[in-house]
Amino acid sequence: MAKGKVTIDENYCKGCELCVSVCPKKVLKLSETRINEAGYNPAEVVNDDCIACTSCARMCPDSAITVEKID
Amino acid sequence: MSVVYEKSKGLTDVKLHYCPGCAHGIVHKLLAECLEEMSETENAIACVPVGCAVMANKYFNFDAIQCAHGRAPATATGIKRVDPSKIVITYQGDGDLASIGTCEIVHAAARGEKITTIFINNGIYGMTGGQMAPTTLPGMKATTAKHGRDVKVQGNPIRVSEMLATLDGPVYIERVSVTTPGQVAQAKKAIMKALKVQKEGLGFGFVEVVSSCPTNWGLTAVKAMEYVKEKMIPYYPLGVFKDLTGEGK
Ligand SMILES: Cc1ncc(C[n+]2csc(CCOP(=O)(O)OP(=O)(O)O)c2C)c(N)n1
Ligand code: SF4
Ligand code: SF4
Ligand code: SF4
Ligand SMILES: [Mg+2]
Repeated sequence: MAKGKVTIDENYCKGCELCVSVCPKKVLKLSETRINEAGYNPAEVVNDDCIACTSCARMCPDSAITVEKID
Repeated sequence: MSVVYEKSKGLTDVKLHYCPGCAHGIVHKLLAECLEEMSETENAIACVPVGCAVMANKYFNFDAIQCAHGRAPATATGIKRVDPSKIVITYQGDGDLASIGTCEIVHAAARGEKITTIFINNGIYGMTGGQMAPTTLPGMKATTAKHGRDVKVQGNPIRVSEMLATLDGPVYIERVSVTTPGQVAQAKKAIMKALKVQKEGLGFGFVEVVSSCPTNWGLTAVKAMEYVKEKMIPYYPLGVFKDLTGEGK
């Protein structure tokens, strides 16, 4: 299976958790320790299991997520 | 490494003012992605509503005009008839389209205007704080239906896609939703098809998106998507209601 890498543009994130809810590999989680400039707990990457499926990024209303495939 | 998904160039860098997890943002992206993929961002004009999406013109990286409440289809009609080479889109909420603007959408559809309408059905007046909309479900609470909509008092919801599909004017009508990545992909296909119907000069295209309003529904964004799946979609079934393109589904 493809390996991927997601990058979250934290200051666009509103901590809505839609990305977290659709990730099949439980790669994402809202930060419990950090808040962004708008006061939200941003989503962050918690493991290396990303398969570059793009589900999280397609659900993100704020277009905060970029997905790369590791060739 | 290769980028497989990034923010559409059809959107500006302005941060959306929408509440966390509001589906308006998802649909904005889909419209922007479709126009980008069709190479039409330079040629598109969006007619944006009164409602939470009133400032969509700041987010769309293409031309846009803010319309009087509910009148986007009339504005779009004027623009398209003056310059048929433009891709003209109306983006409207359910208060905007199905309440104050019912006249405009019905007649634009009946006339078969060569425009594309994206209709955001979140069952409520979002911007003004959660009043009942024509699309509010029976039993669903709103600030103006404190104990839930009672159809004997407040009347029945309107299924706009089905209603417009009875008219001879429209060429393409589909209802979609955005509660899962699969549904988001289907919604994008529908918007793309409605835009192509316009580009090819075939006529009026209409995409209803069964959407969410986490704030006024009093739910988290994730729970609001579940509400759409469990309550809204059974009342507003997804699918194609009219397709005169001859392409089938
Ligand atoms: C002529 C006029 N009447 C009423 C209003 C108040 N108003 C602003 S937005 C809105 C309804 C918005 O609801 P909807 O179209 O469903 O959009 P949403 O915010 O849910 O996306 C109303 C009634 C107004 N701005 N102008
Ligand atoms: S691309 Fe797929 S696997 Fe990777 S974080 Fe996003 S949803 Fe999870
Ligand atoms: S979907 Fe987007 S805005 Fe919502 S938590 Fe994930 S990255 Fe943040
Ligand atoms: S009030 Fe509702 S429709 Fe408006 S931005 Fe907030 S969640 Fe979205
Ligand atoms: Mg609404």
